[in-house]
Amino acid sequence: MATAPKQPIISIQNITKRFGAVAAVDNVSLDIMPGEFFVLLGPSGCGKTTLLRMIAGFEVPTEGRIIIDGQDMAHVPPNKRPVNMVFQSYAVFPHMTVTENVGYGLRIARVPSSEIKSRVEEALALVKLDGFGARRPDQLSGGQRQRVALARSLVMRPKVLLLDEPLSALDAKLRAAMQFELADLQEQVGITFVTVTHDQDEALSMAGRIAVINRGLVAQLATPSDLYEFPTNRFVADFIGSVNLFDGRLVVDEPDRAVVDSPEIGRIYLNHGVTGPHDANIHVALRPEKIAMIPEAKGKPSAPECPEGDNIAHGQIRGMSYLGDITIYEVKLDSGRVIRVSRPNLSRYDQEDFTWDDKVWLSWHGSSPVVLLS
Amino acid sequence: MSLFKPRVPLAPLEYTKRLWMRAWVGLVLFFLYAPLITLVAFSFNDSKRNIVWRGFTLDYYKKALDNDSLMIAMGNSLTIAFISTIVSVVIGALAAVMLWRFRFPGKTATEGAMALPIVVPEICMGVAMLVFFAKIGFPTDLPWPFSLGAIIIAHITFCFPFVTMVVRSRLTSFNREEEEAAKDLGATEWQAFRDVLLPHMKPGLVAGALLAFTLSLDDFVITFFTSGPNTITFPVKVYSMVRFSVTPEVNAASALLIALTVILTTIALKVQSRMGGTPQGH
Amino acid sequence: MQDWKLNRALFASIASAPILWLVLFFIVPLGLVWLYSFGTNVGLTEIDISGTFANYARALEPLYLGIFVKSVGVAALTTIICLVVGFPVALAIVFATPKWRPWLLLAIMLPFWTNLLIRTYALMAVLRKEGYANQTIGWMWDNWSGLMTFAGLQPLGQFEPLPLLYNNFAVVLGLVYVHLPFMVLPLYAALDRLDKSLIEASLDLGAGHLRTLLSIVAPLAAPGIISGIIITFVPALGAYLTPDLLGGTDSQMIANVIERQFKRANDWPFGAALSFLLMYATFIAIAFQAMKSRQAERRQ
Repeated sequence: MATAPKQPIISIQNITKRFGAVAAVDNVSLDIMPGEFFVLLGPSGCGKTTLLRMIAGFEVPTEGRIIIDGQDMAHVPPNKRPVNMVFQSYAVFPHMTVTENVGYGLRIARVPSSEIKSRVEEALALVKLDGFGARRPDQLSGGQRQRVALARSLVMRPKVLLLDEPLSALDAKLRAAMQFELADLQEQVGITFVTVTHDQDEALSMAGRIAVINRGLVAQLATPSDLYEFPTNRFVADFIGSVNLFDGRLVVDEPDRAVVDSPEIGRIYLNHGVTGPHDANIHVALRPEKIAMIPEAKGKPSAPECPEGDNIAHGQIRGMSYLGDITIYEVKLDSGRVIRVSRPNLSRYDQEDFTWDDKVWLSWHGSSPVVLLS
Repeated sequence: MSLFKPRVPLAPLEYTKRLWMRAWVGLVLFFLYAPLITLVAFSFNDSKRNIVWRGFTLDYYKKALDNDSLMIAMGNSLTIAFISTIVSVVIGALAAVMLWRFRFPGKTATEGAMALPIVVPEICMGVAMLVFFAKIGFPTDLPWPFSLGAIIIAHITFCFPFVTMVVRSRLTSFNREEEEAAKDLGATEWQAFRDVLLPHMKPGLVAGALLAFTLSLDDFVITFFTSGPNTITFPVKVYSMVRFSVTPEVNAASALLIALTVILTTIALKVQSRMGGTPQGH
Repeated sequence: MQDWKLNRALFASIASAPILWLVLFFIVPLGLVWLYSFGTNVGLTEIDISGTFANYARALEPLYLGIFVKSVGVAALTTIICLVVGFPVALAIVFATPKWRPWLLLAIMLPFWTNLLIRTYALMAVLRKEGYANQTIGWMWDNWSGLMTFAGLQPLGQFEPLPLLYNNFAVVLGLVYVHLPFMVLPLYAALDRLDKSLIEASLDLGAGHLRTLLSIVAPLAAPGIISGIIITFVPALGAYLTPDLLGGTDSQMIANVIERQFKRANDWPFGAALSFLLMYATFIAIAFQAMKSRQAERRQ
């Protein structure tokens, strides 16, 4: 049986939103597929929330079209859209009980009261709030209030659930637990989730696909691992995780290898071609955990899958921060540039191997550096 | 049907951009301002009958300013407002500090009693003053400005609770540690008050003073019950003039008072925004 | 907060002036009126505090009770009109752009700072027989009449100026005119505190604007709505100047009757009893508001 190509559930086509002269969202096009866990990630003020609010219908795009489930939303008010939203402040109605909150939308849709009762109970069970129906919002914790907001939206069986910074108001422990729970929940109900967040950990752990937004533009749209391992520009490389960025010149660019000459760290060898403009000024990203570090006394190493002498640097440890699972070192290279190197603490005494002012050799695999053209 | 929809649809919460809403607000503002604007406009109208525009003139301002009894009433009003304001600010500020600073028996009752002059209907307060001054036999033949004493006492009574309200809300933002720091550095109770607390209270005092001044200047009902034939205030005088006739001269006198109020309000708002005090209504 | 016993001298120096003033020039005068309300007139100026309830009994006679009921009715009508007119205005200010908001607030506040007498006078000039309102209506009448003649129809008769002043209509209009800002400001404060995402959540869940207004905005803004109602109702109930200047012979309110007892009829005990009835009504209204807003706060 041939599967028909899937229609996107949300199609954002050339959307621009200007506030006065400032473009909060600048000609963005995106397709979100049914059943996806889609995350809009970016720093605060990048336009991601504006984009979400345009999908919900609370902001009107200046230009472009939003199509939800094949229908143009231009003249559809929020109360007629097949999407529901979980607000950043949760927006749980303070004067209604949990049951009344969750049943609000169904009452408006004139669903028979017996059905409302069973659907509300079902939704509360889904978010693990069974037995809380009679409580008032002021008797709930922040996490519980969020569950009420979730249940209130899910009970409407929307085509798409929009979540605005769903975890930002929770404390760190609860946030980590909720990340998994949200992902599970999404799998369970099969509804498309579109989430906005500024927290990269949150995005990486939950999302199927992530659109990184910067200054109203989509900087990169990819799966979490692709974003981390194959960023296409400096903004994404820097925003997702921790990274060392070097300026350099592309001196060799062949189908199976490339070499970048960087005054800061020397020759960087890549075991694949990059198809960049030859001899142009480009940037190289190197993640701290991809750099191996050995004491100077052990002698000059050779980097794996590289010609002798490439992908090696010499420096001195200038700073350390012990984080328990890993230790981050600040290493001052001979060129004067300070870079970050992280090492897992494999044994309980590991962190004593290196200390301040130790001279070290650094090396990295030929597949580790990423060349960035912009 | 797209004919009736705006070309760019409105976001749901842009209530203020909706046409009916704008029309509504416009009509309300028209309702509030049209009478006042026509009043001022017709004070410049060169016609006794005050109905049709006959050309610009300042005659009625001249007439109003030449009207001795009107000007005496204005002088009385300003004198009363001036003295009442000074006393109200002192008493009101003391009351505010008392309520803010101390715990004492009967505090709730005192707080309630302080708010009473604000909520009691003006007419009740007016008759209370009438009865009181009649009972104690307040002399009516004192020389000016002492003849205004009864009115001034009445005005202070209803003005100072407003000052207390404004100053007290200002005091809530005071950081007690500043006062403690001053004492730690060797200041006496009085020096700490003068150098630390008083400067903090200042915007509240200024706002309270302007509020008291306007309230005193505007009051009609309570003054009506405490003024005698020789102690007419401006509103009482205007009242006797407008009761039966609408004349351009009254328009001119009213316009002068409106101008005075607008100037005072502007100063109050300027002072408040500059000093960062909390804006206060009543 | 410091206990007064820790520094009695300081407390006395701060507290004595305001407390003395309040007692001497407010509590004592009101107490006198209260005593007089149980008194009888003996002679022209003598009043005997006999402890009689006759003044209160007289206040309950149909004539005065009628005026009392009418005053409450007029104040209630004024309050309702202010609420209906003021609510959209408050809503508009809350959702206005930050640039416009202070100006709109100022526009509502400014008349409030203008002398009550002058505002009432301005309204008189508009409403009287040859006032601007009648002129405008007359002008429209004439034009319409001319248009009808032009169309070959019977022209309208001579325009008769409408009796807009010196009646109950003028009193209610005047009270609304004077008290509208009292209503708008507390409504604005309450709506401004409201979390806007609650409105959005309601729309998001399928409710229309009217439904959202009734089931989300109104209950949550209830304390502000109640205080707006009371802040408007209380001074409207005790209004003296507006009915005096704009009303006719049949639109006297309770304050006018009180004034008459003191200034003309010279029946102070009866006037005192009426004053205290008005004050009790005011206190009941304020107590009601305190109770309701405490309830509303507890519910949230």
